[in-house]
Amino acid sequence: MSLLDASATQLLQQLAAAEITAVEVTQAYLDQITRHDATVRSFLSVPADEALAQAAAVDARRGRGERLGPLAGLPVAVKDNLCTTGWATSCGSRMLENFRSPYDATVIARLKAADAVLIGKTNLDEFAMGGSTENSAFFPTTNPWDASRTPGGSSGGSAACVAASMAPLSIGSDTGGSIRQPAGFCGVTGLKPTYGRVSRYGLVAFASSLDQVGPLARTAEDAALLLQTIAGHDPLDSTSAPVDLPDYVGTVREPLAGLRLGLVREHFGPGLDDEVEQAVRQAIREFESLGATVTEISLPHSQYAIATYYVIAPSEASSNLARYDGVHYGYRTDETEMLAELAAEKKQLQAAGDQAGLDDLDTPLMRLYRRSRSEAFGSEVKRRIMLGAYALSAGYKDAYYVKALKVRRLIRGDYDAAFQDVDLIVGPTAPTAAFGLGDMVDDPLAMYLQDLYTVSANLAGIAGMSIPCGMTAGGLPIGLHLQAPPFAEDRLLRAGHMFQQATDWHTRRPELTTASPSGTSQKQLP
Amino acid sequence: MTNTAYETIIGLEVHVQLQTETKLFCRCSTSFGAAPNTQTCPVCIGLPGSLPVMNRHAYALGLKTAVALNCTIPEFTKWDRKQYFYPDLPKGYQISQFDLPMSEHGWLEISDPKGEFATKKVGITRAHLEDDAGKSMHDERAGKSDSRIDLNRTGTPLLEIVSDPDLRSPAEARAFLSELKLLLTYLGVSDCNMQEGSLRVDANINLHIPLDDRTAATPIVEIKNMNSFRAVERALQYEANRQFDAWQSNPVELGKPGGHKTTRGWDDQAQITRIQRQKEESSDYRYFPDPDLLPVTTTAAEVAAVRGQLGALPAALRVTLIEKYKIDEYDAHVLVNQGQPLVDYFEALAAACGDGKRASNWVQQDVLRLLNETETTIEQFPVSAAALGELLKAIVAGEVDNTRAKDVLQEMLDTNASAADAMAQLGIEKVDSSDLESLCRELLDANPAVVADLKQGKMKAVGALIGQAKKKNPNVNPGQIKSLCIELVQQLPS
Repeated sequence: MSLLDASATQLLQQLAAAEITAVEVTQAYLDQITRHDATVRSFLSVPADEALAQAAAVDARRGRGERLGPLAGLPVAVKDNLCTTGWATSCGSRMLENFRSPYDATVIARLKAADAVLIGKTNLDEFAMGGSTENSAFFPTTNPWDASRTPGGSSGGSAACVAASMAPLSIGSDTGGSIRQPAGFCGVTGLKPTYGRVSRYGLVAFASSLDQVGPLARTAEDAALLLQTIAGHDPLDSTSAPVDLPDYVGTVREPLAGLRLGLVREHFGPGLDDEVEQAVRQAIREFESLGATVTEISLPHSQYAIATYYVIAPSEASSNLARYDGVHYGYRTDETEMLAELAAEKKQLQAAGDQAGLDDLDTPLMRLYRRSRSEAFGSEVKRRIMLGAYALSAGYKDAYYVKALKVRRLIRGDYDAAFQDVDLIVGPTAPTAAFGLGDMVDDPLAMYLQDLYTVSANLAGIAGMSIPCGMTAGGLPIGLHLQAPPFAEDRLLRAGHMFQQATDWHTRRPELTTASPSGTSQKQLP
Repeated sequence: MTNTAYETIIGLEVHVQLQTETKLFCRCSTSFGAAPNTQTCPVCIGLPGSLPVMNRHAYALGLKTAVALNCTIPEFTKWDRKQYFYPDLPKGYQISQFDLPMSEHGWLEISDPKGEFATKKVGITRAHLEDDAGKSMHDERAGKSDSRIDLNRTGTPLLEIVSDPDLRSPAEARAFLSELKLLLTYLGVSDCNMQEGSLRVDANINLHIPLDDRTAATPIVEIKNMNSFRAVERALQYEANRQFDAWQSNPVELGKPGGHKTTRGWDDQAQITRIQRQKEESSDYRYFPDPDLLPVTTTAAEVAAVRGQLGALPAALRVTLIEKYKIDEYDAHVLVNQGQPLVDYFEALAAACGDGKRASNWVQQDVLRLLNETETTIEQFPVSAAALGELLKAIVAGEVDNTRAKDVLQEMLDTNASAADAMAQLGIEKVDSSDLESLCRELLDANPAVVADLKQGKMKAVGALIGQAKKKNPNVNPGQIKSLCIELVQQLPS
């Protein structure tokens, strides 16, 4: 088996047995990036030399018989909204194109402490806002299964790089489905942990009450490996839950006896693609053949989930993104141009004798804010800032934000009731398989419906996972969505492993077109 | 101070920096005066991805203050984001408390020993915690338009204390601030240094003007930029007069066209307020609960524990001193307003000499004068209460008179001597009664005119003898000389 085909778990075993070196593994993945990322474009930066140096250091320490971390020598790709010292942390935005964090996110610090090799920062929708990675300010990522289609988003780069064997493991973030939907579109395993399970410290905030960092991998077993390292209480994050961390790696191979699956009635309604539905139903039959029982359940408030999400997430985003004002760091408009513009406007108003216009004219500071933010944010980010600012404004807050919080509690209540009777909830990850690049860029509402089945887990704060469960006739992966009660990630992982022991969807690999060897098209961030 | 033409309505907003080692949501130092932007970290300067973690000590100081202000402490409180753009606010929002503050509905009693106003309880609307902004320094020299930002202060814990509009005069407002500052000092929650910005005051003021059939209210003005309690008092007095003049020339009422709230700044040099901002309506801060922080819960038992550990607070302490040491209200104010350490000294002194009134007089007239002269605090005062108590006992015992005792205290200060040693060093010793009698006889013999006056009942004449006695022996007690001379004259055959 080639290094690129092996699972992370297998690679770790071979590394531990000194059958292969970290440098060999890292080099193999870097070579794969060089071969294919010109087409896939999953990475915003690939600091190859540093990655190789990290790998060499791990090999040297192993050679000296030193104690190594649990991911020693294993390459991991990281979504570019996690603060990483030494490299740019751009969030896929012009605003932070040149931003370098002076500190590591807790997840990054834990990966480093585990001796993982950080192989690159992956592309994403700007500030993680989107479902196709087309909102990246730099370039869209393509789906490794079909370069004319999106990998999903916002963790599109993290999903695509694992699907394309450019990294055995990657880190994404999920605010409304941003790990699970791209995992489904790319045919990999992606897990959104329970809110509070993984530290958000150093994750650049989109919607703080919904954001959660999680693993993407080829298998549930590999996802367990990565989750084990990144999860656990962090005193730097007040919302990180002070609960014990189970032994995911040790238990993932144990099948779940008497598994009770709940099938959400509302998730098999209008909008669900036939092929997706068939694959999901087939997967459920597979679980039944493994001894699971299936009951139909109802999440009556799930019909309000998208509306609720698109009030709460933008509200928080409008606040979280206020700090990008062009004053302290990040993008700042051309000040000379700005002052000239103001002077010209002033002159014009004076000539017209327009006193009201003069009174309303921006101060230089106000114009600095206005221009910096107008120039550096993309349209989806601006749309959400405006939605959120509106939903929180006096006179509208009760009708939108406060009401959305109430519905959110009802959605959580639905889950609490459902989990009285079932162990896991099962359904489709997304209504369709990967859609075409550009298909939805002019229709943000259609794009928002991509999150139909995934947002409820974020609103309720529960755990969810997407695993590959089929292929469309056109050769695109289909994702199966499993949801578990709070802090039952171990249950998700065991169910995923059970399924993957019985099926081979997770072993399918796309046929990648090889780019000309003239070099990569990696965007070179300064 | 009271103007019968109108009633002055004043409410105050006081921002107090709590005395913590570290900031409200990170571990940066809060000390004042460091080089700009050296006491910062990713959290307090709002870098991407950073998250706040509440400083429990800051919360405890806030709670202690709220309990001392007789506030109700709800079981559940939360943090909200108050959003606005300004360069010294790097997150684009302040973490504050909006609809569920940590405390509300309290009161603080103010009184004036000189009787300028009646004792009253001033309502406390609420007291809540928030993080401070940084400092903007604008270079306004000609041709310059630089602004510099120092974020050292960003994230320092602030307690915002809002009073009800219960104050009826600038003097009451000043008394409220003094009493509040005293309380905060007794609690040890803030250094209350207005120059360093640890205590900042904004005032809201308007007038209620009686008309024939109803009362009219003038538009509310918020006054900012007041850097001392004196400035607050003056600014309010100025503003009351200004509003009344404005009313007389053009009667605009609160809430009517043109009658919206405005903000004015106090110009201490010109001693006037100047318009800063016309507030047509309150700014929309788009408050919402901060999703990065957990709500805080406080149980009734925790509140009771805080209350039990408050110690003696100024108002109660004054009552105690009046009752226990038989001093008057004015004296109790002077002593208590100097702070707990001076009260401790006074109580020790009163206990040592057994005379509260005498102890109070000595502390006020001599100890405070010496502290002033030497610019020291009572903690640094070298004469302990026990040592001074020995001196006061000597006075009570007639071993030294009040006037000479002041010299003794100075000697004790200069030489670190005990009262007895200092008296010895000054040659003060008790005069034997037989010596005293022979001295008096000698004086009477030498002053027949005085004796004649005394025989005629002109008792004041004895004063001439006291001066002569002190010349002959500085240790004699004037009172004893006086009574003995009178006694001897009365024994003489008429």
